[in-house]
Amino acid sequence: MNLRPDPTFHASPKLAMQAPVENYAFTVMLSPDGSQSDGIAVVDVNPKSDKYGQIVHQVIVPNKGDEFHHFGWNACSSSLSPLTGHAFLERRYLIVPGIRSSRIYVIDVKEPLKAKIHKIIEPEEVFEKTGYSRPHTIHCGPEGIYVSTLGGGGEDGTDGPPGIFIMDCETFEIIGRYEMDRGKQDKHYDFWWNLPQDYMVSSEWGLPPQFENGIVAEDLLSNKYGHSIHFWDLRARKNIQTIDLGENHQMALEIRPAHDPTKSYGFCGVVVDTTNLQGAIFTWWRDDDGKWQAKKTITIDPRPEKAENLPPLLQGFEAVPPLVTDIDLSLDDKYLYVACWGLGEMHQYDVSDPMNPKLAGKVEVGGIARGADHPNGKPFAYGPQMVEISRDGKRVYWTNSLYSTWDDQFYPDSEGGQMVMANVGENGGIELDKDFYIDFPKGLRSHQIRLEGGDCSTDSFCYPSV
Amino acid sequence: MTPDITSMAALWGAVIFSGLYHGINPGMGWPLAVSAALMERRHAAMPKALAMLAFGHFLAMIAILLPFSLMIFLVDWQIEIRVGAGLLVIAMGIYLVINRKHPKFLARVHPARLALWSFLAAMAHGAGLMLVPIFLGLCAVGADETGHLAAQALMGDNVVTAFAVALAHTLAMTIAGGIIAVVIYVWLGLKFLSRTWFNLDLVWALSLIAVGTFGITSAIAGH
Repeated sequence: MNLRPDPTFHASPKLAMQAPVENYAFTVMLSPDGSQSDGIAVVDVNPKSDKYGQIVHQVIVPNKGDEFHHFGWNACSSSLSPLTGHAFLERRYLIVPGIRSSRIYVIDVKEPLKAKIHKIIEPEEVFEKTGYSRPHTIHCGPEGIYVSTLGGGGEDGTDGPPGIFIMDCETFEIIGRYEMDRGKQDKHYDFWWNLPQDYMVSSEWGLPPQFENGIVAEDLLSNKYGHSIHFWDLRARKNIQTIDLGENHQMALEIRPAHDPTKSYGFCGVVVDTTNLQGAIFTWWRDDDGKWQAKKTITIDPRPEKAENLPPLLQGFEAVPPLVTDIDLSLDDKYLYVACWGLGEMHQYDVSDPMNPKLAGKVEVGGIARGADHPNGKPFAYGPQMVEISRDGKRVYWTNSLYSTWDDQFYPDSEGGQMVMANVGENGGIELDKDFYIDFPKGLRSHQIRLEGGDCSTDSFCYPSV
Repeated sequence: MTPDITSMAALWGAVIFSGLYHGINPGMGWPLAVSAALMERRHAAMPKALAMLAFGHFLAMIAILLPFSLMIFLVDWQIEIRVGAGLLVIAMGIYLVINRKHPKFLARVHPARLALWSFLAAMAHGAGLMLVPIFLGLCAVGADETGHLAAQALMGDNVVTAFAVALAHTLAMTIAGGIIAVVIYVWLGLKFLSRTWFNLDLVWALSLIAVGTFGITSAIAGH
């Protein structure tokens, strides 16, 4: 317990943007076949440092086969909320779940260069206390740390629906399930919220048999992946409304609410529309009657391609689907970044008017049947995937691996983990930084990135920007 | 009678002081008033929020003081009651020293239910208990002054005192918290919020122990 709030607690999004910039990034390193242990790479992102753009420390876990994916902080700016009352917690620990093993690591990064494992929660404890498996997204919220899961109970995670459980934010004990009334929710992926307005939004990927051994083409073509988003009364723990985006909108993944807590809208990315292979972004909002609405506001077209250049999975379509696999919103709610993992493109949309997004910038790197090199001449395996924006909105970092078995299906001839960064222009536009290119240690791929002092996909705020 | 008047004034001073003390403690809710005004984007939301917080706090004070005001008519047991109350306050202080975890159930209150939040926060932190020794001291002095009244009249007097104490205390709290909230909202800005926010948990717990000790010593020394 500190006497003063943690210096990285930012009362509003605007204050978070003005705070000192990040010196370190933390990036997942994963062994796609479980032959090595997974870990967290500590990356020096301070341009003035001699080791700028290098992995300066690694936390390697003692087990194999965890498959790291997403992770998050034990505390964020919402702890400053007088209601949550954890103002004196430190943003110090990374909660890193293994989505294949269901094991959870708590990593102490108070001194980034000496980051170390603080606690390990074994899978049995997760199963026993929650009945869920395959923990995924982490957010710090009312009463503790919220962890979304992709699987229910049983060997293949289909015994009961997946959901969210809560961990104590100080002891990291698992407290139990979140849901009182889940309504129609039977699959899970991402979730986020607006704390003062007391709502949560969650999304759907698919059940473990639909992703663990690779994408199941028959399930995709028969629209069996998730295509709904769920709205919750956050503190009552009740699903209050489910919006079906339409069954052709397969895999509604990332949920990005506006950061300013006075706003009642946000975005959700859809991987693929099975009628035309488009990628899509939906804007969701609360109307004047208090009902939630959602509308498709961005579509990204597939690129025609000869069958011979495509992986077997796509040959029948003779096209490269954009595959919108991650999105991220800058803290000023101005730019939405959309990773088109199939095309090999990172798009930047001006979403100042959330109902009318405008393409403001674009970068090509990697891509199916294209494999565009980085501007420094080095290769970029797969395509742009997990994207993270610096708090000040000036730098956009991303990595390239989607998910071990899916990488191999969409990019059968590629291998490698890379992390790159693009600079954002004064009036929009993005350009890859030639000097920032990290090649991960051999045999390891990269996924989600977290930034020192908070970033655009973890911080929740209880005070509006004024 | 002079010593009684002095101690009476000192005790009322303590009521006001404790109110100011509770008011500046962020844990009693002034940051919520700032948040309410900013969220609603209306200046008027601030006084409304402060009023709701005050109402909740007042109820929490009354909820603790009333039972003691009804008990005190047992004049023969007065010292025992005051010593017992002192011990109770000390016990709450020790509990808060040992259990430094924040009461998480407060996080489940809807952010707009400020009166409920304020009531629960005051209860969880033993804010009302902090007033009990002072209040019992006031009742004792009052009883000496009025001489040997009928128990019922004495009890009535004490109930009036309880309301007066809770009211004066809450008023002082609201003024102190309100000034900080307004200064931050109007002049200093949110950045100051994280700078002014101190962790008073330990000081608060020690205050409870100090007030409880005072209650016991004054009960024994006074009679």
